[in-house]
Amino acid sequence: MTDSTTILRTPLYEAHVALGAKMVPFAGYQMPVQYPTGIMAEHQAVRKGLGVFDVSHMGEFEVTGPDRNAFVNRVTCNDVAALPPGGVQYSAILNEEGTFVDDCTVYRFDDKLMIVVNASNTAKAWEHIVAQKGGANVRLKNISDDVGLLAVQGPKAEAAMQPLSDIPLASIGYYRVTTARIAGIDCFVSRTGYTGEDGFELYCRGRDVVPLWEAALKVGAVPIGLGARDSLRLEMGYALYGQEIDATITPLEAGLGWIVRLDKGCTFTGLAALRAQKERGVTRKTVGFKLLGRGLPRHEYPVWLDGRQVDIVRSGGMSPSLNTPIGTTMLPAAAAKIETRFEVECRGERIPAEVVRRPFWTHGSVRKG
Amino acid sequence: MANIPDDLRYTADHEWVRVTTEKNTVEVGITEYAQGELGDVVFINLPKVGDKFGQQAAFGTIEAVKAVSDLFAPVAGEVVAVNAGLDSDPAVVNREPFGAGWMIRLKMIDAKQLDALLSPAAYRSHIGG
Repeated sequence: MTDSTTILRTPLYEAHVALGAKMVPFAGYQMPVQYPTGIMAEHQAVRKGLGVFDVSHMGEFEVTGPDRNAFVNRVTCNDVAALPPGGVQYSAILNEEGTFVDDCTVYRFDDKLMIVVNASNTAKAWEHIVAQKGGANVRLKNISDDVGLLAVQGPKAEAAMQPLSDIPLASIGYYRVTTARIAGIDCFVSRTGYTGEDGFELYCRGRDVVPLWEAALKVGAVPIGLGARDSLRLEMGYALYGQEIDATITPLEAGLGWIVRLDKGCTFTGLAALRAQKERGVTRKTVGFKLLGRGLPRHEYPVWLDGRQVDIVRSGGMSPSLNTPIGTTMLPAAAAKIETRFEVECRGERIPAEVVRRPFWTHGSVRKG
Repeated sequence: MANIPDDLRYTADHEWVRVTTEKNTVEVGITEYAQGELGDVVFINLPKVGDKFGQQAAFGTIEAVKAVSDLFAPVAGEVVAVNAGLDSDPAVVNREPFGAGWMIRLKMIDAKQLDALLSPAAYRSHIGG
């Protein structure tokens, strides 16, 4: 799709630069890691008020045709048959080994499905899906370059965005999607997000994303960069591809067994491997931890249990909401229990850590059900 | 443009040095430019009083959300004070890098080492300001 040597920009690149954002390369795009107020202030803006994220770099695939539901049910591990039109489902695209090609969200509309994947995996996931088309009567379209995507997240999301909407936003339930005009712009509006706060994701035409962004800022949304996006999702224990999940990890190991429907009544890529793994039992599991000593756990720091290195820090950092260093790692299944003590090697020093429940942050405004 | 106080000396690694009223004792911190590059500071690992460091030896680490950096002793000496306030409020380094965000005080072994440090003008030119 895209030349890997060129660095792409979303339509909001100039807007980010004008706001004074620190731009960094991420998944082939120049993206804002933070704006001048900094990651901590942005994090708190989302926890307490309203933030807006440019996530136009994410990938979207449209699936139409008579076999669309059966096809998506075959390439994802959650159950599309259980997803009503107007519903959104967290799911994953797996290899035959049952490991992650990517995690994704599946949107079901009356006449089509949309699969949303990580920017870093768009090309790989697209190839993987296309390769499985076989004789299915579906039309697959990679619409990533045509779609703009903003996430508006925070406890004030509904109240602040309502004046811009031509429909009552209260009518959109958690993990539901509908069409609406927001600031006069045609959008798919879903009550979804990656922060643990209430809020919406707004899919629009690429050319409409700049005025949509400006409208969100005008109603008080604070621009939020990738830095706070990461700390917000980590506090919720949400997986990030390349850290908690990757092509060597299965959903059963990652604590995402709830998105694997072994008994959904049709086969799917990875089913046989996962069924076998479930019968055998997993040998390792993802856990959340907090650091008990002084230090800051970061991605790839060694993790030690009983004098043996068992894994690395998958994600780690200071939790801005809890003011405590937190992280995720994988422990042998027998040790993957709340209160297990182990050690994280932070810059040469082994610091004690303890397994804690996820989500780390339990006071979010996200309204389930 | 970054604030670079006239009464301090600087290192190429973005530490500042303030000569105190106490004999042969200097206060050390990081510059406003450095804190801006690091972003929100979340953790600072500092030495203990009595620890000794050679010139340019790492005396601690400063960790921001997205970056970690060693702290280097601008001059050789013995730590005579550590800013204990940074433990509970490391972000003070972002707010007041030249004031309440100071890190350690060093008793110098050789005050002549100060001469080798950057002047405010030289530091400004070093950071391209």
